[in-house]
Amino acid sequence: MQLFNELKTLGHKHIKADKKAGEKVPSGMWIACPKCHQSFYHKDLGIYQVCPNCEYGFRITARERLKWLVDSFSEMDDSLKTTDPLKFPNYQKKLSKARIQTGLNDSVLTGMAKIEDQRLALGIMDPAFIMGSMGTITGEKITRLFERATRQRVPVVLFTSSGGARMQEGIFSLMQMAKISQAVKRHSEAGLLYITVLTDPTTGGVTASFAMQGDIILSEPRVLVGFAGKRVIEQTTHQKVPSDLQDAERVLEHGFIDAIVARKDIKNKIAWLLELHSKGSDVNG
Amino acid sequence: MVSLLDKKKTAAQIVANARSEEKMSAYELIDGIFSEFMELHGDRLSDDDAAIVGGVAKFNDTPVTVIATNKGKSAEERLRTHFGCPEPSGYRKSLRLIKQAEKFRRPVIAFVNTAGAYPGKSAEENGQGEAIAHNLLEISSVKTPVISMIYGEGGSGGALALACGDRVWMFENSMYSVLSPEGFAAILWKDSSRADEAADVMQLTPEKLLEQHVIDGIVPESRSHKRVFKAVKKILQKELTDLEKLTSSELIEKRHQRFRQF
Repeated sequence: MQLFNELKTLGHKHIKADKKAGEKVPSGMWIACPKCHQSFYHKDLGIYQVCPNCEYGFRITARERLKWLVDSFSEMDDSLKTTDPLKFPNYQKKLSKARIQTGLNDSVLTGMAKIEDQRLALGIMDPAFIMGSMGTITGEKITRLFERATRQRVPVVLFTSSGGARMQEGIFSLMQMAKISQAVKRHSEAGLLYITVLTDPTTGGVTASFAMQGDIILSEPRVLVGFAGKRVIEQTTHQKVPSDLQDAERVLEHGFIDAIVARKDIKNKIAWLLELHSKGSDVNG
Repeated sequence: MVSLLDKKKTAAQIVANARSEEKMSAYELIDGIFSEFMELHGDRLSDDDAAIVGGVAKFNDTPVTVIATNKGKSAEERLRTHFGCPEPSGYRKSLRLIKQAEKFRRPVIAFVNTAGAYPGKSAEENGQGEAIAHNLLEISSVKTPVISMIYGEGGSGGALALACGDRVWMFENSMYSVLSPEGFAAILWKDSSRADEAADVMQLTPEKLLEQHVIDGIVPESRSHKRVFKAVKKILQKELTDLEKLTSSELIEKRHQRFRQF
């Protein structure tokens, strides 16, 4: 009955995570970094919302990130709405609240963008939209982003941030992992570049699909990157796991991340990588 | 196990049946359906995961590649397989065998019975997420038919990694879901004791999933293993005949459409 108990406790992790999400969004004058626990005057976080001590990037909405990330942006598929396939009680209410909070129709913002005159298809997941969980519209928007990028022969840059599957959409949430993977594969087979940038937190079905499918996988510092929740692991194995097991820095040591890039440097790093790969794409085209 | 004729099973009963101790083991299934099975071990990187059994076999004299998640029968075996929850090396072994099948133009038949990918320290360190992600990516364009059958539990990404091919069938007493009903109830209602209610809401039964086109058909079960093997063989034969008529590009295009609809 070990597995039974393990799965039973998955809930607590998510419930806790939800509470923590509130703590990580700066609201007061003094902010404590959830990673290094140092406190700072809120203005010290600056436009990037980064801990001055350990460079941890606070969780920010997709639209906040967009402000400093690109030079131009035209949004796609911003009115798609989920069919609520399980007709799940109170789900619509939860969605409305998340839409108001984030200014998005679902947990990812997608569109065609430019950084320093280089075109790219850009997706940014939003941790404030029901924990960045992957619903059918999240999957549809990302799939359409890859399809358009393949047609127009442009690279894709995707910022991941997700608690995993969208429970309220059940098996349809799971199917998004396969649907997106197919679109990623076709984009890849066309010889086009895909960069993922892991932001806090990248977990569950997102880690087990498109977050780990990039040609180049970058991460912000101190991001939680994992498949299973820490509590689930402890309940299953009856062993205490190190607190840094799923820190991006450890995941990099184990060989699953290419580089950790501070938030303030991400725009320049992406621009540089796009430029570096622009020749190869022209040859194939 | 509830009989084939009893049509009034609740979702909670199906969950209980799917997890039943009486379920066939991976080896029993393989022996019952194929002849001359040879197990092939290891992921060629670091490990050989006991939770995923793979190899080559003959199906009605046709060479096939067989992959099956294995919960094990004895206590010792169950510990070794983490009760059928694969390590990353299990997914890497299965992908190795699928790529090998592609090379030799053998169809792949996968049997799935897992609560999910193993949640453990070493699994995280060895890239559980990456291993599943890589399976999803590669299987999407593999140039050989891939047929999956969920014969017990089909839990989350750990099951999907072996059920993302051309056809997915489910045994009558099996389930397929994004999470266990207990986990689902704990997350959404903060009360894991409402698992039975969750099972109903989640639409995890073969019947519901067939209606939603998540699966392609249901394998009838009975107390007689022989009868089950016979049903499985009949289905596999028909599906293989249909799939082998397609060219590689037609096969991949249809597989694409299968998942694109969601």
